Parts: sequence; structure tokens; C-alpha cells
Amino acid sequence: MESTEELQFSDDEEEVTAETVLKTLQCAWQNERLSPEILPHQNDMVECMLGQIQHMERNINKLSKTDLRTSIHKMEISRIKFIICNYLKTRLNKIEKYCIPILNQERQRIETDTNYLTPSEYKYAQEYVLNMENHMKNVVLNKMPGNMQVFEMNKMAEHPNLQTHVFLKANETINGVVLEDLTGEDEEIDLEEGSQHILQYKPIADLLKNGKVTLL
Amino acid sequence: MFAEKVIELIKEVDRNPDTIDQYNDEKIRQIIEEMHLLFKLNMNDANATTENRSLWTTVQVRHSALERNKRCILAYLYNRMKKIKTLRWEFGAVLPPDIRELLSDDEYQWFSKYSGNLALYMRSLGQDIGYSGIDLTENLKPPKSLFIEVLCVVDYGKLELEDGDVVMLKKNSRHYLPTSECQTLIRQGILKQIM
Repeated sequence: MESTEELQFSDDEEEVTAETVLKTLQCAWQNERLSPEILPHQNDMVECMLGQIQHMERNINKLSKTDLRTSIHKMEISRIKFIICNYLKTRLNKIEKYCIPILNQERQRIETDTNYLTPSEYKYAQEYVLNMENHMKNVVLNKMPGNMQVFEMNKMAEHPNLQTHVFLKANETINGVVLEDLTGEDEEIDLEEGSQHILQYKPIADLLKNGKVTLL
Repeated sequence: MFAEKVIELIKEVDRNPDTIDQYNDEKIRQIIEEMHLLFKLNMNDANATTENRSLWTTVQVRHSALERNKRCILAYLYNRMKKIKTLRWEFGAVLPPDIRELLSDDEYQWFSKYSGNLALYMRSLGQDIGYSGIDLTENLKPPKSLFIEVLCVVDYGKLELEDGDVVMLKKNSRHYLPTSECQTLIRQGILKQIM
């Protein structure tokens, strides 16, 4: 995974400008805020942007304090910082809320090297579940009668609602999206490029992860 | 009635969804006592009824009560954990004493662990490119302007700004400060934003 990504990067390295990075990041932020489940991480983008900020801050320091450009650039930086912070925080909130299913799925994904979490996010999630389990055990479970002491992961797990509906926009023409029906009659629809829809999240989850649709 | 006390506990949380109450140590103890009692009764009956099936329903009802108690207690704790989590984001790693009192010792320990874990995560951000981490608890609201007008509520003392300037924060003094640098102080109640 890592090596292919690097290859892709080096291929269009000249084209990646700060602006496109910011746009990708904004898009990732928007998707992350609107999707019910956690999405693959965009750590490269975040780090790239952080590097940019560092660079900009250095440039600002060269300017005099009363220069008009200083305040404009500072404002821009604080806006970008907000996006990054909010993006990471949204992810953290989801990780905390759905920690048990996320960890279970992530374990399988790590084996196939398609992990959604960054290593530090993964570590955070593990630690979080461990703390929760220990807390529950110390406070009440250990004091309960023998057969009630088990910490039941499955019962404690909270799952994201993948059946929820989302607004989305197709970035390219996609044919044959299968919408499942409760009665078992599947329906197939085509999404035209640039068109907007309200659909259930589950059928379009993969399209979202591939970047073929954007949530609105 | 079985599992009656535990409902009171749940109601307690439900009544104040936004604030955190004193940890109800006494009630939890009573509920666990009830559980032990139920368990003992069940054990006795279960041993007695290997041949006699007439008591099976009784045993089953008690078992359900036990499970219900467990589930509700865990829900109570889990809900409190969620609230304690928001405290970390609002107040930072150090809790004001009046709020600290509302948590049990175990909960406070959990809070410290949570806080430590979060700090570890935040420090790891951007480490690969030579960053020393980002404080996610800053920048909670979208930035509207670079500077805001604030009123100082308590005698705080000197505050050194990022650019090296030093401001004296005295009670009832007004300042015009960079937004990013006074967010934490506003949340701690030292400064108040003047709209």
C-alpha cells in the first residue's frame, strides 16, 4: 500500500499544489463530518498541510507586525488549523463512540494493509477500550456475583447506523449502484456526473471511500 | 420489586443530560447487594430444582433481573464516562475542585488515563514532519476574527503572548487579544468575551 502511494505521489508531484491539498483536505473533512462511519485516514494530506502552515508561519514572522499581509495570512492559517483540528476531532469522536466495532474491523484491515486509522489513532482506540474495560471492572463488575462479572464486548459495542440517509453528489458517472430493498427487490440506479441525490449510506459507502462521490 | 433501584439510577442520569451529578456510590452499593441476594436465592433454588421443574421460572425471572441490573449499572457508568470526556475538552487536564468532587476516585483515575491518552495522541500528531503535536482542544469554534475584546474576571497576573508582548490581566480590565491565545482562558472562566 505504502509503496504504491508513494509511486502515485511521485508521478504527479509537480501538480500537487498547496491549493489542491487544501481542497482534498476540505473534502475529506466534509465527508468525515457527514458519514456515519469512520473513513480511511488522510494522514498524508494533514501532514502536508501542517508543513505548509509551518512554512507560512515562518514567512509571516519575516513581515513586520503592522503589515496588512500579516493579519490576512494569520487569519488564513487559523482557518486551516481549525479545519485540521475539527477533522481530527471528528475522527476521534467516532473512534471513541464506535471503538469496539472499529477495533474489530481494523484488526482485519491491518492484515490486508488497508487500515483506516493512522497508527496513533489505532493506539489511541486500543488504549481507550482498555481503559473503559478496566474502569467498569474496577468499579462494579468485580463486585458483582460470579456469573455477572464478564465484560461483554458485544453488548457494550455501539454500531454506526449505516442505514441512515445522506446527501451526496457524484463526481463522475457511475452505473449500476444497487440499492437493497427490505422486501428483497433490489433496484439498480445510475448516478450521473455532478448530479445530487439522497440515498442510504450503505450502498454508496464504497463509492465514497473511492472518492467517486462526495457527501454534502 | 427487582431492579427498581437501578431504574432510579438511570432516571437520575436522564434528568440532567447536560450536567454531571455526584457519583451515587450508595445506590450502586445497594444494587450490587441486591444482585448478590438474587444470586444466592437463585443458587439455592437451582440446586434444589434439578428434578423439580416448578421453580425454573422463578430462577429465570431472577436471572433476568440480575442481567437488567448489570446492564443498567453499566449504562449509568458509560453515560458518566461520556460526560467526563466532555469535561476534558472543556477544562483541560486539570479539573476545577468543585467538579472534581462530583467524580468518584475511580472515575477520576479514568479521567486521568483518558486525559493522558489524549495528550499522547495529540503529541504524536505531525511528529514525522518535526511538529511537536497539535492541541486539538484549541480551535473548537470556527475562527471569526483574529482579535477579540475580552473582560478579565479575576486577577490573573501576567500573560505572555506568542509574539513576546506581556499583558497584565487585572480584574475588570479590558483587553484586545488574539483569539487563539485566550480561548483556554475564556473556557477556564478567567476572561469573558465582550460581544
